[in-house]
Amino acid sequence: MSQAIGIVGPAPRTAATARERPDWLAHAVLGVGVLLFALPVWLAIAGSTQQSGAILRGDLSLLPGSEGLAAYRRVLLNGELGTQPVWHMLLISGGMALVIAIGKIVISLLSAFAVVFFRFPFRRTAFWIIFVTLMLPVEVRIIPTYAVMSQLHLISTFAGLTVPLIASATATLLFRQIFAAIPDELVEAARMDGAGPLRFLRDILIPVSATNIAALFVILFVFGWNQYLWPLLVATTPQLDTIVIGIVRMIGVESETDWAGVMATAVLALIPPVIVVVLMQRWFVSGLTEGEK
Amino acid sequence: MERRTLFNGWVLPALLVLPQLLISIVFFYWPAGQAMWSSLTTEDPFGLGSVFVGADNFTALFADPRYLATILRTLLFCAAVAALSMSIALILAVFADRDIRGRGIYRTLLIWPYAVAPVISAMLWLFILNPQVGLLGRWLNAHGIPWDYNVNGGQALLMVIVASAWKQVSYNFIFFLAGLQSIPRAVIEAARMDGARGWHRFRTITFPLLAPTTFFLIVVNLTYAAFDTFGTIWSLTQGGPGQSTETLVVKVYRDGVVNLDLGSSSAQSVILMAGVILLTVIQFRFIGRRTNA
Repeated sequence: MSQAIGIVGPAPRTAATARERPDWLAHAVLGVGVLLFALPVWLAIAGSTQQSGAILRGDLSLLPGSEGLAAYRRVLLNGELGTQPVWHMLLISGGMALVIAIGKIVISLLSAFAVVFFRFPFRRTAFWIIFVTLMLPVEVRIIPTYAVMSQLHLISTFAGLTVPLIASATATLLFRQIFAAIPDELVEAARMDGAGPLRFLRDILIPVSATNIAALFVILFVFGWNQYLWPLLVATTPQLDTIVIGIVRMIGVESETDWAGVMATAVLALIPPVIVVVLMQRWFVSGLTEGEK
Repeated sequence: MERRTLFNGWVLPALLVLPQLLISIVFFYWPAGQAMWSSLTTEDPFGLGSVFVGADNFTALFADPRYLATILRTLLFCAAVAALSMSIALILAVFADRDIRGRGIYRTLLIWPYAVAPVISAMLWLFILNPQVGLLGRWLNAHGIPWDYNVNGGQALLMVIVASAWKQVSYNFIFFLAGLQSIPRAVIEAARMDGARGWHRFRTITFPLLAPTTFFLIVVNLTYAAFDTFGTIWSLTQGGPGQSTETLVVKVYRDGVVNLDLGSSSAQSVILMAGVILLTVIQFRFIGRRTNA
C-alpha cells in the first residue's frame, strides 16, 4: 500500500552519481523555478513598502519603497474603506482554519474507529453515507446549500462558516486505512490488559497515527485557511470576513484602491499557511504522497 | 480484509459515527437532494411557487449555445492548467531528484506555494498583470503591446490559466518527486550501463515508470482546475469580459446567486455532480485514493 518516501532526507545514491563538479544545469533550472515562485511574492512585499499613489500612477517597482511597514500598520489596525481591520480578518481565518482542521480530524478519527473496530447495524451504510460526500463538493450544491443554511439560521454565523465543512470522507478513508493495518495481536493484547475501546483509542491508536494526524493537520489547515466560495456564500456580513474574502473586498474600484495596503494584506494572508507548511514539511510531504500509492 | 478482534456493543460506535453522519446528511445530502429536485422545477412567472417541468431545464441548457461554449471553454481551461502546471512541475522534479548541493533548500523553496490560497495567487498575478498598475502589464502597454484583460477575452483567459497553474505546480512537484524517488535505483543504473543517457533515458525508462503518478495527477489537476479555481477566476474577472473566463462552476454561481435563475443553476449543479462522480470513480477504480481535504 504505502511506501516510505524520503523526500526530505538524503536518499542513498551510488558512487557513480556523486559528482565532484557542480551540476550547473540543475542549479540553473531549479533557480529559475525558485524565482518563478518567489518573484510574485517579492513584488507584493516590495510594493507594500511603496506609496499607493505612486503605484496607481504606474510606478510599482521591484525595489522596496520609502514607506517601510506603514501599510501593514494601516491595514492591520484600520483595514480599508468598508472592510474590517486585517487583524480581525486574520482572527476569523485562523479560527476557521483551526476549527475545520481539528474538527475534521476528530470526527473522522472517531467514525473510522467505529467502522473498523466494531460491528454494529448499518455499519456499511454509515461508511457509504460518508464516502459519497466525496462526490458532493460545495461547488455542485451552491444554491440549495444556501437555502438549507438559512432555514437553520446559520447564515453569517461562525458555526455556519465552519461546521458544515467538518465532514470529511478523505480523512475518514485515511484513518480507516491506517487502522486496518494495525495487527489484530495489538488489539488482543490491549483487551487482555483490560483496556476498553476508548482507552485503546487514546493510548494506542492516536499515538500510532500521530505522524499521519500531523500531515493531515497541515493539509486541512491550508484547506480551511484558503476557503473562498463557502464564506462568500454563507457569511454575508463583513464581521465574518476572512482575509481571503477581505482582500477581494479591498479592490472595489481599481482607480481608488490602496494598492500598498492590498499588497501588505496579501503578504499577511500568505504567512500563516506557508509557515505551517514549511515547519511541518517532513510530515506533510510523506503524508500527502503515502496515501496515494 | 476483515478484522478478527473487535470490541463489543453498538451504542458506542453509533455515537462515534453520529456527528459525521449528521453533518453529511444535513449539509451534503439534503442540499444535493434539493438541487436535484429544483433542477426539475421552475419558478412560476409570478414567483409564487415552483412548477414541475421535468427535464426542461436540462434540454434548455443543452440547446443553449452559450452553455455548450462554457463546457468547451471549461475543458480547454482545465487541459491548459493541467498541462502547464504538470510540465513545469515535472521538469523541476527531475532536476530536484539529482544529487546536487542544497537539494533540501531547493525543495522547501519549491514546495511552499502549496499553501497559497487560489485567491491570493490571483492577487499576486494582478500585481503583475494589471494593465495600469501591474509590473508586466504596464510594461507591455508601454512597449506597444496592448494588454488589458478587462477588455480582451483571450488575455483574460490566459491570465486565469497562468494564475491557476502557478499555484498548482508545487502539488504536482511533490508527487512527481515522490514518484521519481520510488523508481528503483537499479533500474536507472542498468539503463546507464546500457548507455542510455539524458533525454533518451528519461523518455524510455523514467517517464514510463512515472505513468501511475502522471495519470493520478491528470485526474487531480482536472478536478482542481474545474472546481477549485472559482476563487481565482471570480476575484480576477468574475467570468468576464463577457463570458470569456466563465467556467461551469462560475456559471452556476453567476446564474444562481447573481441572476437568481434557480432552476437552471440547479440543473447545472446536477450536471457538475455527474462530472464529479465520474472523476471520483475513475480515481478510485484506476488509481486508488486521494488525500486532499
